[in-house]
Amino acid sequence: MIPFLARRLLLALFALLGVIILVFVMVRLVPGDVVTNLVGIDAHPTPEQLANLRRLFGIDLPIHVQFGKWFGALLTGDLGESLRTNRSIVSDLALRLPVTLELTVLALGIALLIAVPLGVLAAIKRGQTADYLASLFALAGLAAPNFWLAILFILLFSLQFRLLPSGGYVLLNENPLENLRHMVLPALSLGLSLAAATTRITRSSLLEVLNLDYVRTARSKGLSERVVVYRHALKNALIPVVTVIGLQVGTLLGGAIIIEEIFGLPGIGRFALEGINLRDYPVVQGAVLVVAGAFVLVNVLVDVLYALIDPRMRYD
Amino acid sequence: MALVAENLSSEPRASRAFWRGFLTSPSAVTGLILVVLVFAAAIFAPLVAPFDPVKYNPIDRLQGPSFKHILGTDLYGRDTFSRVIYGARVSLSVSAIAVTMALIVGGGLGALSGFRLGWFDMLVMRLTDVLLAFPAILLAIALLAFLGGGFWNLTLAIAIVYSAPFARVARAAVLRVREDAFVEASRALGASNPRVLWRHILPNAFAPMLIEVTLRLAYAILSEASLSYLGLGTPPPAPAWGQMIADGRRTLELAPWASIGPGLAIMFTVLGFNLLGDGLRDVLDPRLRKR
Repeated sequence: MIPFLARRLLLALFALLGVIILVFVMVRLVPGDVVTNLVGIDAHPTPEQLANLRRLFGIDLPIHVQFGKWFGALLTGDLGESLRTNRSIVSDLALRLPVTLELTVLALGIALLIAVPLGVLAAIKRGQTADYLASLFALAGLAAPNFWLAILFILLFSLQFRLLPSGGYVLLNENPLENLRHMVLPALSLGLSLAAATTRITRSSLLEVLNLDYVRTARSKGLSERVVVYRHALKNALIPVVTVIGLQVGTLLGGAIIIEEIFGLPGIGRFALEGINLRDYPVVQGAVLVVAGAFVLVNVLVDVLYALIDPRMRYD
Repeated sequence: MALVAENLSSEPRASRAFWRGFLTSPSAVTGLILVVLVFAAAIFAPLVAPFDPVKYNPIDRLQGPSFKHILGTDLYGRDTFSRVIYGARVSLSVSAIAVTMALIVGGGLGALSGFRLGWFDMLVMRLTDVLLAFPAILLAIALLAFLGGGFWNLTLAIAIVYSAPFARVARAAVLRVREDAFVEASRALGASNPRVLWRHILPNAFAPMLIEVTLRLAYAILSEASLSYLGLGTPPPAPAWGQMIADGRRTLELAPWASIGPGLAIMFTVLGFNLLGDGLRDVLDPRLRKR
């Protein structure tokens, strides 16, 4: 177990280092830089003025020197400052991370609340109407783009019935109820496709377990179907569900970018998009690093969790 | 002699068994019908679409669904249905070309990596680790920021993002068969490395790759739509589904159909590829058959 964990962590760190280098290089290869974006073409700056600004931002140095400086600072927990606002990236990220975290956790919660009962129902009622309806939901949920669902929800719940706001954000600690009202539609739009994928895997996994010998034994002891399903089968059936959810975290984090944009949520996804549009290198690097880091971390956790709950797993 | 005859006849028999399985799988058939319909709409767009998809027609702006405009019109009076039909061209060609590129480059590197192992395998796998450490859409957005938007850059970005999963699947498929007796036998008979890979190993990787291609096409359609929604796709006025949804959002209260139409088109296309992929998996890999 320990060597497996060490190897898994080492590979994850290696992947993260790759991400850091790739993003650092890629961001600097983008045509145009923050100086030209800040000044704008209408201002007609002289080449000297541009060169001065580049020196001020430290982007006139050779790329490996820039990387060395940035990476050295990163190791001390400093992600630099936004080239546009001069604000510390770490403090900006600290403000935005809770928004994205809340959005993804709510989406995950919604997905599980829908998917597990629906998947169980579909498996128990296999081949009946409930099963077909659950399958239909799963197929539709996987096929509908989340940003389109978001727009349909805005149309229905904000514009038509005026029940929920179509955008904006209220801090959780300022007004929890208003915060929740603002988060319902984004989380629902983001969570539905995960709910669809999880419904399918819960159903097929439970069906598989229900055919195993130990379940047959439990039934032959005269236990009620309810006890067989919920006490004996479901626990084992949920093991693959954990893996699927882990694999879907990337989709969830990626989806958060576009959902935050649609609903005007000040999360990390929108922060990254703004950074990319304005060529604000440190912002892009910081935001991408946090998102990729979270994704890699969740995958390691899922592997560990999987190894813990399924002792049959081999650590190679 | 009988053995040779049996071997010779095994190919058509396998193909017959495949088609029998395929045609009796409801999801494979439904998926294929949907995919064929979307492809037909894209290819014969000038015949299917009743109106010019880009021509402004201010008199007809923001009209609701009617016999003349079955999905209504947008802010500029353009027929939504015609734009959805033409939009299929962009969506399908970006996705199909991107997935083909990812299959050739990612699948090729993955197969070679599983075949050669050693330092090459290590290198390719660590590279895929890096690519897979990004949420797909974030990597595509970052790539497009670097490459700039447009048809080919969009295609390239999606191809790069999807080459990593193809590399993984191809490598796993090659690893599964590389130690099998028939591969050893061909080596013992003096077959060269490229011949062993091409004639004996790759045909056995065909089934998982075909399933991967179909399912990746569904993902690619969704990615293309998301990126074009963010304004990183093909430039207007040529219609693209994601961008149509974004444009329609501006007139959501007055003309919701301008967003609903292209969304439905995305949904049916993705549904088609997903069903086809599920069906193929049922037929080609009975171990993974859904219950």
